[in-house]
Amino acid sequence: MIWLDTLVQGMMLGGLYALFAAGLSLVFGIMRLVNLAHGDLIVLGAYLILGIGTATGLNPFVAAALALPLMFALGWVLQTALLNRVLGDDILPPLLVTFGLSVVIQNVLLQGYSADSRKLPVGAIESASMPVGPVTVGVMPLITFGSAILVILALNWLFYHTALGRAFRATSDDPVTAQLMGIRPRRIFAIATGIALVVATIAALYLGARANFDPSIGPARLLYAFEAVIIGGLGSLWGTLAGGMVIGVAQAFGAALNPEWQILAGHIAFVAVLLVRPRGLFPRAND
Amino acid sequence: MKTLVTGLIGLAVMVALALVPVLGPRILVQDLFKVLCLLVLALNWNLLAGFAGLVSVGQQAFVGVGAYVMFATTILWGWDPLAGVLVGGVVAMALSIPVAFFAFRLNGAYFAIGTWAVADIARLSFGQWRALGGGTGTALPRDATREMLGVDAVRELLGVSAAAAVDAMTYWLALLLASALLLGCWLFLRSRMGLGLQAVRDNPVAAQSVGVDPTRLKALVFLLTAFATGLCGALLFIQIGRISPDAAFSLLDWTAFVIFIVVIGGIGTLPGPIVGVLVFYGLQRLLSDYGTVYLIALGLIGIAVMLFARRGLWGGLIDRLGFDPLPLGHAAPQKSPRDIQEERP
Repeated sequence: MIWLDTLVQGMMLGGLYALFAAGLSLVFGIMRLVNLAHGDLIVLGAYLILGIGTATGLNPFVAAALALPLMFALGWVLQTALLNRVLGDDILPPLLVTFGLSVVIQNVLLQGYSADSRKLPVGAIESASMPVGPVTVGVMPLITFGSAILVILALNWLFYHTALGRAFRATSDDPVTAQLMGIRPRRIFAIATGIALVVATIAALYLGARANFDPSIGPARLLYAFEAVIIGGLGSLWGTLAGGMVIGVAQAFGAALNPEWQILAGHIAFVAVLLVRPRGLFPRAND
Repeated sequence: MKTLVTGLIGLAVMVALALVPVLGPRILVQDLFKVLCLLVLALNWNLLAGFAGLVSVGQQAFVGVGAYVMFATTILWGWDPLAGVLVGGVVAMALSIPVAFFAFRLNGAYFAIGTWAVADIARLSFGQWRALGGGTGTALPRDATREMLGVDAVRELLGVSAAAAVDAMTYWLALLLASALLLGCWLFLRSRMGLGLQAVRDNPVAAQSVGVDPTRLKALVFLLTAFATGLCGALLFIQIGRISPDAAFSLLDWTAFVIFIVVIGGIGTLPGPIVGVLVFYGLQRLLSDYGTVYLIALGLIGIAVMLFARRGLWGGLIDRLGFDPLPLGHAAPQKSPRDIQEERP
């Protein structure tokens, strides 16, 4: 029974990792951009939610809703002013620019908020739990997991049932031909990064509500997210969810054996999957 | 001719640097030691990313492995730390073989993430090594470094304390490593293999069509840089004297700084890392009173370089000068006046 419990906890954790990864997967899939600052942008989102919450006294869930448009705007500006200039055949410039951005965000947050760890105060819901079949799960992890599935569903709907999604897919497949059809790739990219940061804000809410955060935790979250994206396969959002689950379940079982093995077990699962399937579990697009 | 002048200037700089422990204060020796080690790491990363197209974010794995192996041979087996440095480099290279088998299956951005994950696995695994202090780490016994081969000779030569003599020794070794690597890189890049490597970087299809095997060359570079990075890591931690998984496998110290140094100096140019390391050292000294502000400055400069001057400070300088003081290519064989006369009808 304890194994079933561990499995369920791992899947809930996987939901959080899928949220970290969904924005990354979106940007990666559409413009082949590896955003090394994604983890730090999530942490930035958590501080933004905290800031709005402290200033207005609102519940973090409401504060997060207020943060969404701000983060969308940030994504738009970031893509338009910075990232669009370095996108090209060479993967090095975007990689290095986002790497620089990561260091800048981390240290600006450190200057502004110090290295003290913070937490988003979500109230009584934090410690509430409920029975689901034979196991008991926390309400917050369950909401996180549900949000992850909703986000993936929403992104899939956007991708396959809207004009914007068609433009996303067209630009991803062939930017030049997409341009002939009246699509401006740079604008599409700006919207995509905006949406990615909206998803990052949702991830930030659950990150901050679940555990303490400080300015330095971004890169580790980025690594889990990337592992989820790569395990899932490029361009597949459901694959990203599956990838998050693989990492989450591996970490939960690792931690059950020995608390020090939690992270290690996740990484080893990543390496193991890639040794068997170098392009991930459900690859859709060609890289 | 140009190369000869550059070589002579380089030799003069090297001699001047070698005299620092004799003439300069100890604090300068320690500072320059760090600079030289960063230069070694930067030369290696430049070779990987700038010439072989392998953008690794996991070079701290080899720094940490080199350092841990040196600690293990010294503390557990009682070897001389200098022998440990050599073994550290060899073990780092040996480890790079399975890493290469894994990481070379991934291309581009996947490669960067793959190497990063491997480095994190190494960090967490070495944290399990109880004999070396587990997650909290351990210190190198003071006697071990003081009884290192050659320390007594240096002590008598300079007339300083044992600790200062250890600093001087590690400094000279770092200088030797940096100089050897610089010369080695130059010779390698001008060799058949090095030219093949640059050809692959500039146009993989054309390079393959004239018989260059990209995977073999890249694997060779990956192995050699792992060796040099391991040596440098072991040497660094003799001087630091204390090891922990987080310090030995630090992404920021051993890879992020190095990436900025190379990018600012000029990626894909041989002298770029030298220029970059000077800028880095200057920034660190200039902004040392303002906490992490120099990191923000470093990040912003790195971004600006990628936006406005892709080839960094050195690349920009060459474009301004119109000539390259340290060319990597070979000049076309010049014809003698007689040949030219014979060609005339």
